[in-house]
Amino acid sequence: MKNSDLLHETYSALSANKARSGLTMLGIIIGIASVIAMTAIGQGAQNSVSASIQSIGANLVMIMPGATRSFGGPSGGRGGAQSLTVADADAIASQVSNVAGVVREVSSRAQVVATGTNTNTSIVGTEASYLSVRNVAIDEGSFITSQNVTSGEKVAVLGPTARDDLFGVGATGVVGQTIRISGAEYTVIGITVDKGGSGFSNADDIIYIPYTTAQRYLSGNKYLSEIDAQATSSDASTQVQNDITDLLLSRHNISDPTKADFNVLNEASIIATASSVTGTFTTLLAAVAGISLVVGGIGIMNMMLTTVTERTREIGLRKAIGAKRKDINKQFLSEAVALTFIGGVIGVILGWLISFGVSYLGILQASVSVSSIILAFCVSAGIGIIFGYYPARRAAQLNPIDALRYE
Amino acid sequence: MIEVKDIKKTYKTGDVEFEALSGVSFTIKDGEFVAIMGPSGSGKSTLMHILGALDKPSSGTYFLDGKDVSILTDDELADIRKDKIGFVFQSFNLLPRTTVLRNVMLPLVYDGIEQKERENRAKKALLLAGLDEGHFLNLSNQLSGGQIQRVAIARALVNNPSLILADEPTGNLDSKTSEIVLATFQKLNKELGRTIILITHEQDIAEHADRILFIKDGLLEERATHIKKIASQIIKHI
Ligand SMILES: Nc1ncnc2c1ncn2[C@@H]1O[C@H](COP(=O)(O)OP(=O)(O)OP(=O)(O)O)[C@@H](O)[C@H]1O
Ligand SMILES: [Mg+2]
Repeated sequence: MKNSDLLHETYSALSANKARSGLTMLGIIIGIASVIAMTAIGQGAQNSVSASIQSIGANLVMIMPGATRSFGGPSGGRGGAQSLTVADADAIASQVSNVAGVVREVSSRAQVVATGTNTNTSIVGTEASYLSVRNVAIDEGSFITSQNVTSGEKVAVLGPTARDDLFGVGATGVVGQTIRISGAEYTVIGITVDKGGSGFSNADDIIYIPYTTAQRYLSGNKYLSEIDAQATSSDASTQVQNDITDLLLSRHNISDPTKADFNVLNEASIIATASSVTGTFTTLLAAVAGISLVVGGIGIMNMMLTTVTERTREIGLRKAIGAKRKDINKQFLSEAVALTFIGGVIGVILGWLISFGVSYLGILQASVSVSSIILAFCVSAGIGIIFGYYPARRAAQLNPIDALRYE
Repeated sequence: MIEVKDIKKTYKTGDVEFEALSGVSFTIKDGEFVAIMGPSGSGKSTLMHILGALDKPSSGTYFLDGKDVSILTDDELADIRKDKIGFVFQSFNLLPRTTVLRNVMLPLVYDGIEQKERENRAKKALLLAGLDEGHFLNLSNQLSGGQIQRVAIARALVNNPSLILADEPTGNLDSKTSEIVLATFQKLNKELGRTIILITHEQDIAEHADRILFIKDGLLEERATHIKKIASQIIKHI
């Protein structure tokens, strides 16, 4: 039997019962489309999580006080743990290699008042290097300078949300105005660029002041609530993390690392953890979609078994005039594979459209990968072979006389 | 050359066994035209299926052109059917919703013959079987009983078989059409030297053959016996 004959036979067999072929194919279409869409959405979620972590700043190593703290954003009410000092930060800057910058931070929450408007927001005491290390840009005015820090001046830089809350949405001419933080007067010297609300907390609802000022007026002590170090490259970040840990252990006279009074977090490892979480999520989605694909495959098998029964006489005749087992086998197998293959093509297109729709509606930037398309094709053809094999074999093994007698 | 020795065929339905052929032996030479007669249920079709390599005997041997067919595998039997045998079934068995031409070309599909050549040979076979060219593209369910019969014959001829087996090919034809069909078989036999075995109920059709085999209850009856019977009946009438 020639391939062109096989193709013709397959076409006429499938088109003889269009409704049934179509419905059977629908099972595969839905299965493939959901696998494609689900992995694309999962991948999109993974990308967006990584991107929002990276927006904190590239190759960041964060040092926080306190033993085994769970990962989370800086919070004002950090209980008692006072272990990081300015001298620690100086030591990191001068003694650890591959460090591009160090930022000292004193964070807290405070009541802020401006022109009669009242808000409670997070106050970050920091310094000039914050801009480059934490990936923040200035929209208007200027950021805190080293001069501001050394003299402990009462100046403030507002995040766009804090600005909106205090002066009204999109208010202009804010630079130069005065606000009151915990009762003390501060001059606004700048506004930062909108970072976008994505991420764990709103990075724009924030007010920056010099850390020396924060120590003096807000926390009332000489400790830091966080030190951020930026590694020169992502490859170096683990080394930087380890070196900082060793350095601080010796500076704090702690010999047992499990008793450390500080915590060093590496951004790369946070991304890895977050990715593995979203990765599990993606796998779960794909598995659910995969089950629907298997159900589609069972539909194919069901249809093929019905077809073989219906066409028993035809099979008998074909065998009677010289068709071998492999000819019959090929004919029915190719019907099953044609169904799953066409279903696979339509499913890929549909899955892509769904992903496109999700991105277009702004729900998530779904990303369809070439590998998932190739996988979907292979899986759909494979399903045709697996679920078509048994019915085809049954057809091929029919005895011609019994088959011809079949009513 | 067909050599059948002590062939038996037993059908099993559940626990019940039924012997449709109980030891049949005969020889048919190349180029012979043989008719098989016998009452309904006597085992004619069963014998024909074995001769056509469609079924295997339960015991006994069947040599076709010196080769023992009764021990071949399914696929080897398929090759014999494809190369040597043309079969006209009692119930024709055309593919439904398929054109006459495609039906006749079907055996050539499994022979790997080119499309153009297939069409030529199918058309020749159809003309030989006496079907008008106007019906070649009809679907098989748009034909009369007699036309279906001729398509079935054409399909049996298309692979140029040396052995043609026909199970009541004139079963539901009027006498005039029967004559035409019979003439086709005679032409194939006399002019092309094909061996022909034909099952029929009708004595006058069987008379066209070189030889008649009578089957009754799965056993071959000598022709002489049959003639004696007829003779004795005639004598009774007198
Ligand atoms: N597959 C089968 N299973 C069981 N019994 C069968 C089978 N095929 C045939 N028989 C039996 O074998 C006997 C012979 O059948 P066969 O078809 O050979 O008869 P026949 O001589 O061709 O009859 P007819 O002239 O009516 O066509 C019948 O009694 C039939 O019931
Ligand atoms: Mg019969």
